[in-house]
Amino acid sequence: MSILTTLQLLPLIGAIVIAVLPVGNAKLIKQTALGFSLLVTIVSIVMAFGFKTSESALQFTETRSWISAFNINYAVGIDGMALALILMTTILVPIVFLAGWNESENGRWSVKVFYILLLILETMMIGVFAATDVFLFYVIFEAMLLPVYFLIGGYGVGERAAAAMKFLLYSLFGGLLMLAAVIGLYIISTNQGGGTFDIAKLSELRIDSATQNWLFLGFFIAFAIKAPLWPFHTWLPTAAKSATAGTSTLLLGVLDKVGTYGMIRFCMSFFPDATKTFTPAIITLAVISILYGAFLAIGQKDINSLIAFTSISHFGFITLGIFALTSQGLTGAIFYMVNHGFSTAALFLTAGWMIKRRGSSQIADFGGLQRVTPILAWSFFLAGMSALALPGLSSFVSEFLVLLGSFAKYPVAAILGTTGIILAALYVLLAVQRSLHGETPATSSGIPDLNLREKIAIAPVIAVLVVLGFYPKPVLNVINPTTQTVMTHAGVSDPVAKVAK
Amino acid sequence: MLTAPKLDYALLAPILIILGAALLGVLVEAFVKQSLRARLQLAIALTGIIIAFEQLYRIRNQGTSIAAVTSVSIDGAGIFMQGAILIFAFLGILIIADHDHFAPQASALPGSAEEVSALESGKQQTEVFPLTLFAVSGMMLFPIATDFITLFVALEVLSLPLYLMAGLSRRRRLLSQEAALKYFLLGAYSSAFFLFGAALLYGYSGSLSLNGLTDAIHGSGGNDVFLLLGIVFLSVGLLFKVGAVPFHNWTPDVYQGAPTPITGFMAAATKAAAFGATLRIFYVGLDAAQISWKPAIAAVAVITMLVGAIAAISQRDVKRMLAYSSIAHAGFLLTAVVSLNKSALGATLFYLVAYGLATIGAFGIVTLVRDSAGEVTDINRWVGLGKKSPLVASVFSLFLLSFAGIPLTSGFVGKFAIFSAAYESGNIYLVVAGVLSSAIAVFFYLRLILMLFFADATNDSVSVVIPSILTRIAISITAIATIILGVAPSLLFNVAQNFAYFLR
Repeated sequence: MSILTTLQLLPLIGAIVIAVLPVGNAKLIKQTALGFSLLVTIVSIVMAFGFKTSESALQFTETRSWISAFNINYAVGIDGMALALILMTTILVPIVFLAGWNESENGRWSVKVFYILLLILETMMIGVFAATDVFLFYVIFEAMLLPVYFLIGGYGVGERAAAAMKFLLYSLFGGLLMLAAVIGLYIISTNQGGGTFDIAKLSELRIDSATQNWLFLGFFIAFAIKAPLWPFHTWLPTAAKSATAGTSTLLLGVLDKVGTYGMIRFCMSFFPDATKTFTPAIITLAVISILYGAFLAIGQKDINSLIAFTSISHFGFITLGIFALTSQGLTGAIFYMVNHGFSTAALFLTAGWMIKRRGSSQIADFGGLQRVTPILAWSFFLAGMSALALPGLSSFVSEFLVLLGSFAKYPVAAILGTTGIILAALYVLLAVQRSLHGETPATSSGIPDLNLREKIAIAPVIAVLVVLGFYPKPVLNVINPTTQTVMTHAGVSDPVAKVAK
Repeated sequence: MLTAPKLDYALLAPILIILGAALLGVLVEAFVKQSLRARLQLAIALTGIIIAFEQLYRIRNQGTSIAAVTSVSIDGAGIFMQGAILIFAFLGILIIADHDHFAPQASALPGSAEEVSALESGKQQTEVFPLTLFAVSGMMLFPIATDFITLFVALEVLSLPLYLMAGLSRRRRLLSQEAALKYFLLGAYSSAFFLFGAALLYGYSGSLSLNGLTDAIHGSGGNDVFLLLGIVFLSVGLLFKVGAVPFHNWTPDVYQGAPTPITGFMAAATKAAAFGATLRIFYVGLDAAQISWKPAIAAVAVITMLVGAIAAISQRDVKRMLAYSSIAHAGFLLTAVVSLNKSALGATLFYLVAYGLATIGAFGIVTLVRDSAGEVTDINRWVGLGKKSPLVASVFSLFLLSFAGIPLTSGFVGKFAIFSAAYESGNIYLVVAGVLSSAIAVFFYLRLILMLFFADATNDSVSVVIPSILTRIAISITAIATIILGVAPSLLFNVAQNFAYFLR
């Protein structure tokens, strides 16, 4: 059994253990959940040390027959990109547990259900990045929506039911389009000798360009809804506004990455010709997303909506990096996916604490937190700096790589994207100024600063942002082989400078 | 001199056993005293089904196209369908056994003194058991019949008891009787269409059997006005039975009016039988003329999927909503008729079982949600059920997710198999239509789940009754099957693939 399977089973076992624990003992349930998630983190780190960066092939593979009639397998295996995203997931989950220790208690259902849902979600989040069988990927891609649906609808705030519904409908619609494309791929592989869902075999199919275009769209729209790209983004702000801080972190930090991950893993490797055909259109959408997300973020009054719109802007950057089709852009995009996970986690978690303490999510209701709760304020400040990609923090490295990579081929898009950075400074600094500085309203005067649990939760996130900002090499080393493989497969190479000598 | 036709009794035995059990049930009605009937009828019905299933299992590997001269053909698909129908009947009867759903004396006029006295005397409705078995025998014959007379007889044998059973509801009797009458009139009308089509095809081919029809088409080139008219009329009859648009209007009324256990049984088993026969007629009899009927059936399939999904959105009654959902599912299944390949046949067999089990389970749950006046089917009154009875609401949601085709449920695998068969046959537009209507359908399934779990109850008169042990068994089996067939579909799918053949 591959270590990847173990990694997926552990949270599931945790969920089962929690299911038999007594409902009343909330503390025990939380500790068990945290224990299992830490165990997963440890196993995943052990796995990361066993990962060979020199190899470009998939590692820790395992294949078992699942539905033999369609040659569907339980097939897992990871490359550098999947490893980075799985590590990000397994590190974020215990942080989310710890940070939102009490957020399960005001829900529609018991604490027990909350942690069962979250642990099932963790299994699926690992599985979705580990799957090397398109059918298995699709099944998890769709099934993982349900825990999130119940997490938003059952434990969120405000218009949570409507937000959950909107989220699910958007995602399922995209998923169904993808299903049609998955079936199409399967039938094409059947006609070319032996139906398969294996990613490696599917990427060697010869598909005529018209069919490629349709199938590409089937996949791409699903992913563009997932990693919300303008104009498929409208579900995100409502979901982020209603979900708990922990759910939002996992939703934007991990689940949405499945979209950008899928663009690289599926769209680019299966449909190289269609990728080139659609690149200009997608680059345009990406640039619109960057600017649109940034402009709307400036105008947001609700702190969670603000974070959601900054994410739309950042997903624009990631998509720009991917479809620039240069190795720098791609590496930057993959690295950005990891950084955005941590950066969003920092923002949502600190914002969540602020909202909980103040009892309001309106930016205008805060002010002068710097004096009352210095540690919380500094954490929020650093999270904001990471969102605006301050040099020295990891998001700067990735944003720089993306812009560098895209400038080589699409200078106009890169320049427009760069203005997104300026707008980012505006929306972050405005929010920071309004919430942390200025007069402290009387309502905020007595609120407590971060307690030990919260400090322990936020410390690793900030550590990752800073360490990877100064020393991104370990992650880049892991990502680079993937970049090279994808580039070769898509049949693109880096532009060579025209002025040589 | 007339010679007696040679019948292969071993192969026909499953049907004969069910008929025998039904006749025994009639005798019980006549000679056994009232207080013992209910238990005895239940025992006879269940035993009959089990013995029939056992016999079916014994003949599973035998096949012949001359089980009863040229009228009945025992083959893989036929045996699989019969098995599925028997399983549906078994589970259906477990729920039907809860006599609280049926009028004690069907012949008493609603509101009459006769009815009141029947209610007061504590009579139980027991005629429903032999009626169900008669319907089952017809359903078992329908998918294996290979000539038009036998097909018609089977159609009538399965329909007539159902017309009666639809009118047996204990509460809201006028609605129930209206449903029965509607079902009967429209059903008789569609039977006439079927018979007319059969007559025209006989006129065209000079033969009543499907094989004779195929030979005639090969001989003449398949572009004869009698052939085309015959196909049209025959299709109308069949499409009525499967509940396809535009012959679907009876479905919501009958589903709503009929006693809920009957609705569940009927929705699952009739659909299996009707699709079994439809597939055989189109795959075996009209295969050679596919160029003339494919576009029409494909259009019906697309319209059925879309109308079913769209109309379901505006329903305010759980049973009506499930009725429109069954219409949408009929559309999906019709794509398999158009696909006309072995994968589609295997996919349909799997889909019918997956859908049938979930349907029986879902209607089983509907029987549990009641207030003082009986079942509550108004969607608005289901709001907040997740709070009152989390288990029942969760299981119902599971069935809805399966209908919606969410992965890890049986419905998803069925949908995937059907769509990939349609894609394989080159009918990509059917896949696109299917995907679109699935996307629409997802909305109303999820909205119902949302109402069950995410909204607070507005009134407290609605409650979930504790199910009887039999109902509990039926719902548990269907729920477990829905998950198992979603997680490990190979268990059934490989069987369905092996049985996916017709003998000519």
